Amino acid sequence: MTLDAFLFQVLNGLSSASGLFLIAAGLSLIFGVTRIVNLAHGSLYMLGTYIAYTFATKIGGVTGFWGGIVATALIVGALGAAIEFVLLRRIYRAPELFQLLATFALVLVINDFALWLWGPADLLGPRAPGFRGAVEILGRRLPSYDLFLIVIGPLVLLALHLTLTRTRFGRLIRAATQDREMVGALGVNQAVLFTSVFALGAALAGLGGALQIAREPANLATDLIALGDAFVVVVVGGMGSIPGAYLAAVIIAEVKALCIGIGTVDFGFVTINFSKFTLVAEFLVMAIVLIARPYGLLGKAQGAVRSIAEPEEPIRPATPLLKAFGVAVLAVLVCLPLLAQSSPYVLVLGIDVLIAVIFAASLHFIMGPGGMHSFGHAAYFGLGAYGAALLVKWLAWPMGAALIAAPLLALAGALLFGWFAVRLSGVYLAMLTLAFAQIVWAAVFQWEGFTGGSNGVIGVWPPPPFDKSWVYFLLTLVLAVAAVLLLRRFLFAPFGYAMRAGRDSPLRAEAIGIDVKRVHWLGFAMAGLVCGVAGGLFAFAKGSISPETIHINRSIDGLVMVLLGGVQTLTGPIAGASMFALLQDTVMRQTEYWRALMGAIILLLVLTFPQGIVGAFASLWRKVGGRT
Amino acid sequence: MSVLELRGLNKSFGGVHAVRDVGFAIGKGEFLAMIGPNGAGKSTCFNMINGQLAPDSGEILCEGRNIAGLAPRDIWRLGVGRTFQVAATFGSMTVVENVQMALISHARETYRLWRPASSHHRARALELLAQVGMEDVAFRPSRELAYGDVKRVELAIALANDPKLLLMDEPTAGMGTSERHGLIELVKRLVVERGISVLFTEHSMDVVFAFADRIIVLARGRLIADGDAATIRDNEQVREVYFGTGKTFALSASQGAKA
Repeated sequence: MTLDAFLFQVLNGLSSASGLFLIAAGLSLIFGVTRIVNLAHGSLYMLGTYIAYTFATKIGGVTGFWGGIVATALIVGALGAAIEFVLLRRIYRAPELFQLLATFALVLVINDFALWLWGPADLLGPRAPGFRGAVEILGRRLPSYDLFLIVIGPLVLLALHLTLTRTRFGRLIRAATQDREMVGALGVNQAVLFTSVFALGAALAGLGGALQIAREPANLATDLIALGDAFVVVVVGGMGSIPGAYLAAVIIAEVKALCIGIGTVDFGFVTINFSKFTLVAEFLVMAIVLIARPYGLLGKAQGAVRSIAEPEEPIRPATPLLKAFGVAVLAVLVCLPLLAQSSPYVLVLGIDVLIAVIFAASLHFIMGPGGMHSFGHAAYFGLGAYGAALLVKWLAWPMGAALIAAPLLALAGALLFGWFAVRLSGVYLAMLTLAFAQIVWAAVFQWEGFTGGSNGVIGVWPPPPFDKSWVYFLLTLVLAVAAVLLLRRFLFAPFGYAMRAGRDSPLRAEAIGIDVKRVHWLGFAMAGLVCGVAGGLFAFAKGSISPETIHINRSIDGLVMVLLGGVQTLTGPIAGASMFALLQDTVMRQTEYWRALMGAIILLLVLTFPQGIVGAFASLWRKVGGRT
Repeated sequence: MSVLELRGLNKSFGGVHAVRDVGFAIGKGEFLAMIGPNGAGKSTCFNMINGQLAPDSGEILCEGRNIAGLAPRDIWRLGVGRTFQVAATFGSMTVVENVQMALISHARETYRLWRPASSHHRARALELLAQVGMEDVAFRPSRELAYGDVKRVELAIALANDPKLLLMDEPTAGMGTSERHGLIELVKRLVVERGISVLFTEHSMDVVFAFADRIIVLARGRLIADGDAATIRDNEQVREVYFGTGKTFALSASQGAKA
């Protein structure tokens, strides 16, 4: 690459950095003041692209485009204020897990809303009036709109900086970022402050989205892509730091632009196409920053993370009643193949439920006793599923070997990602796990030659006798029972206790010689291993695997299963996963807008049923005095 | 050889020189109090000994081995137990499980995956709880305990690895007078029985003067006095730095003796 080409890529990177900065700055501001990680931030960005598109095409011309961008920022800002007022205000005191889930519910609802209003097709906006041409720089043509974007990022940074340092509103924001309670104690109206900060952050996301319509089409997938990018930027720059967000946006965008600029390089013995490695590069930047500075380049260590809402009961061995119930359920399940003649769908449903149980039990293992709220458990499911499918496709491995390799691949992934994840806690951990899962998904999606890209891998059918659904059902049942009992055994063993000790009080656990990070890391790895079993079983059960089955939605499904059952109970994930899988296979298949329905269920759960089903029953049981 | 010896310890935070050239030693079985007004550097000193902070310079010798900068868990493995200023336990476990956890860690069984934790070292854990008078609540969830009882359980946990040195950060903070003396008497009895050395910080002078074998005084990061209760009581510099008012320790010490 020549120097000219290099400089040209630097300019390209700077124009992308502005977009990244706008969305990350809003996310960071909102988190700084409200301590809520707004997962719906990418959705606000996406709405920005759609609304600006509508203005630009329906009104048209200079007014429609530039006026539309301003109007879009205002509308999305107002929507943000409404969201804060109606929903978030109710959950400021809730555990952060619930806040994350509630904002994710909004992601689902907003996505279906956009689908309903604008339809599924990509919508390409007009070119920007006044910036239609290109400028010749260094012998190459750079769209003049890109130059405009390069300028807009630093301008917004400057405006935000002046607002934060020179105005009363800005001083309040900074004060609240440092000590929220003190600001309240000094008589500042927090409700108004929170609403206005949320509106400002949302407006920035809307602006960022609106500015993109001249470059990229409005698309229903942008919400999660933008969210993933914003997470990486915010983690690298440091939560709550606006200059950090710009710095990180520039670094990430430059690294990506340079990867594309380098293109294919022949090293003599091997040829590498660097433009396919933009995501890996992004991951590497984040990993390096997190090792050197766990709270980001310009971030500060966060205060103690809030603990779970209700104090947790000590775990007790299963009562005779529970054991009898378990045996009864198992007996019914073993007899289920007898029904195969009359209604074969029951077995398909049964396999889905059992896979969901393994998935949820493994997530609960780190989420409950480990206190690590992973928002990226789909990564290990995906590694298992794709691992098994690809081994069959490329190496023609038999099912048995593939099913053994699947969890091992997931284990390898969990060991790698977990090593970073356990160094963080709370929302940082949630964001990092989510970012890792996005990377796995994107790698599968981008690496078309190997993984089949968006088409996925097909023809992964089990050999006889497992091609009969009742045999495969029994195989799944055996593995599910083994997984659940094994994880339970681990939780009652010293290792499980050490995991809980590290969660209850890391300081005290360290003070009695427990290496908390190591224990949690190994716990994370075990959960990945078991989750890989679910992934492998899934691939053979469906006969195929595609990127969407390992998307972030699956991670969130897992969280909902665990919360539905109750995170503080050991049997909760089993009940939650069963109910969820049944719901998904029955009710949700009936409607095109299943995402919105799912979002509504999550909101209902978070606002009214925080202990989950089993948890609610257990506390009711204690209240009526029925101790066994 | 001293159980613990500090030599020329320094620690700064930004421009604040929190601990300057502090050095002292604790002999075997000694009950040593570290006192000083707020901001004297007691907590910083303590946190360097227990591994939460690494000193800028200086040595912390535990039976001759330099432990400065080691992780808290490694220092614990060398036989240095500790209790916290704000006592707490592992809230999701029963009282006896809390003690068992420490015993499991001491036996290096933390990574065992099969036999239930509740069957590990149960008898020994109950014995330790009996020594601190907490055997009756052994099977209650530990988060339900009264604060004074939590302090006792924490002591049982700290004794689980047969420490040769016990670091107690304000062991009686947040307790009433009679409860306070009960706890310190218990500590004193246990350490005498087992020959453990104790270093403790304390704000209640009655406790310090009634129980400590020796007292060291810190002020503005420096060690200004080191000696038995009588020496400290008569030390001009201590009176000046500590109170500045000319008030002496005589009153509180006599109260302590009566209680």
